[in-house]
Amino acid sequence: MTPPPAISSVPDALGRFGRFGGRYVPETLSAALDQLEREYAAAQADPAFHAELDGLLAAFVGRPTPLLFAPRLTEHAGGARIYFKREDLSHTGAHKINNTLGQGLLAIRMGKRRIIAETGAGQHGVATATACARFGLECVVYMGAEDVRRQAPNVRTMRFMGAEVRPVESGSRTLRDAINEAMRDWMGSVETTHYIIGSVVGPHPFPRIVRDFQAVIGRETLDQCRRQLGRLPDAVVACVGGGSNAAGMFFPFVDHSEVRLVGVEAGGRSGKPGDHAASLSYGSPGILHGSLSYVLQDADGQTSDVHSVSAGLDYPGVGPEHSYWRDLGRVEYTSVTDGEALDAFDLVARREGILPALETSHALAWAAREAARRPPDEILVVCLSGRGDKDAAEIARLRGLAADGGGAAR
Amino acid sequence: MSSTATAPARPIERLAAVFAAHRAAGTKAVAPFVTAGDPDAATCVAVLEALDRAGASLCELGVPYSDPIADGPVIQASYTRALAEGVTLEGVFGVAREAAARVRMPILAMASYSLIFRRGIARFVADSLAAGLAGLVVPDLPLEESDELDAACRSAGLALVRLVTPTTPPERAAEIARRSTGFLYCVSVAGVTGARADLPPGLVDRVRWLRSQTDVPILVGFGIAGPEQARAVAGVADGVIVGSALVRHVAEAAGRPRDELLDAVGRFVEGLAAACR
Repeated sequence: MTPPPAISSVPDALGRFGRFGGRYVPETLSAALDQLEREYAAAQADPAFHAELDGLLAAFVGRPTPLLFAPRLTEHAGGARIYFKREDLSHTGAHKINNTLGQGLLAIRMGKRRIIAETGAGQHGVATATACARFGLECVVYMGAEDVRRQAPNVRTMRFMGAEVRPVESGSRTLRDAINEAMRDWMGSVETTHYIIGSVVGPHPFPRIVRDFQAVIGRETLDQCRRQLGRLPDAVVACVGGGSNAAGMFFPFVDHSEVRLVGVEAGGRSGKPGDHAASLSYGSPGILHGSLSYVLQDADGQTSDVHSVSAGLDYPGVGPEHSYWRDLGRVEYTSVTDGEALDAFDLVARREGILPALETSHALAWAAREAARRPPDEILVVCLSGRGDKDAAEIARLRGLAADGGGAAR
Repeated sequence: MSSTATAPARPIERLAAVFAAHRAAGTKAVAPFVTAGDPDAATCVAVLEALDRAGASLCELGVPYSDPIADGPVIQASYTRALAEGVTLEGVFGVAREAAARVRMPILAMASYSLIFRRGIARFVADSLAAGLAGLVVPDLPLEESDELDAACRSAGLALVRLVTPTTPPERAAEIARRSTGFLYCVSVAGVTGARADLPPGLVDRVRWLRSQTDVPILVGFGIAGPEQARAVAGVADGVIVGSALVRHVAEAAGRPRDELLDAVGRFVEGLAAACR
């Protein structure tokens, strides 16, 4: 009997992860996506490409990022030992740079000197602006006007790096609208421009390419667990918006069935439609931004408005591979609320001396809660996907509002 | 059109009859685009009637979608207005049904595949048929993903209009042309929908080349602002599709009496039809 194909053996030639993924885009973009697919295959087979990317990941990004024991968070939880995979120590402060350097090199190979990107929290925008500065490429970043407001430090950083930041005023003025605008730009500029999409979303081959570039996180973690701890962890947890840090972290683990994988979505204010951004927890299969995946949508297929305190998770869709893992039961997906994420931000700041991004704080909230329920000989690894400096002003503002609102201040 | 008054059994044949009539008369087709339910359902039906009276050959009814990545600001805004008005898919099919009963021109729905997938292909096609639509234009459904919808449309007798663009390589364009039914939508520019000042260079040659690849009628759309460009395009193609320039009339008529809007869109389409004679 032939063994079933490995869970990692996706996508197929049409970009399918099981039933999910694919390529639902206007014909104008088809040729560019074909070109990207060809170029990516050529790059993968080219040792010079890997050598250049690996060199940059080492000396420019600072990889490998450490795997750090979190003693006081572990003590606080009183159960399983918690470790952080320190993507926050990457150059630009988050995992996003792993992908933008890889795609930047692909753009150069394709002879495209103009780069566009969307950003929610601004981390992908900063990482794209950084790669473009390093490579000498023109850079335009689309960012929802609401996110421009709540992630002002990252907007400044992008501009320092020479990128043009274009606030997007349409729709909900957040990540989803930024992707729409970036796609529209690309419709008219596709012959000279590469779109560096920032998550494992969008039409084939983006979900696969971004996963592959981010899989360095999981490969390092797997290796570090073996060397530092002498075994694989019992559970690995990551936050999921579009799902790039989670995909990169989980992918090298998916064929290790003994490791529990948990993705944490943005539970927002409540489980009511419009109050959260938890596509895998509350959504249904649909097509958004070029691929089939779980989507928060109404009965007609109109995309729902979403909410999260964290700009990077404020997205009504999710990468198709996550939908595949969800339906297979390989990865558990759950959600935590805005309030729980803010509490976890405090907890990790005070007990570990690390300011986590609000996105990451969702994974940390789940980890702290779950560790308390697991025995001390178990190991739980959290993908600490980004640093929280960008969120400081927004958190202070939220606290101020809470205080004005009648003594609900934390 | 044939001299007998009996309606063809299959919706797609109504489209074929329109193009045959144009060919016989030596004229070209004018295909306006309007957004369903913009600014409201009743006005939209009245606009469709006005287009029909003004000589439109066929009409594309845009189905409002929350995230239209192929559309420029004018059509996006019309979708936003219609959705804010509370237009649902039921409402869109209602507009189509009401208009189809009153007009001579065939109506096609232009819909994102997101909406078709959500409703289910079989149900969407059945609803389209029941609403009296002649076919579907699905701008975000490339060849590779379209087998299921193609089969459903064929068995229902609905046209499934495919799009070729300036970035489509020749071999692929020929394949798209071969598989397009009703007509072939030739997108004039690489970009989103929206009126533009000039026709792109090379368009005429591209249409001529497409003409050599297929017998299906070729309509050119995206960026056609008025009669002058329509005349230029009509020289080589079988017709023109005009969207944003018309939708703008609807936007500008907001708050004014309905008759002014109907006059404006009627005159606009009359101008296009005159340019295509």
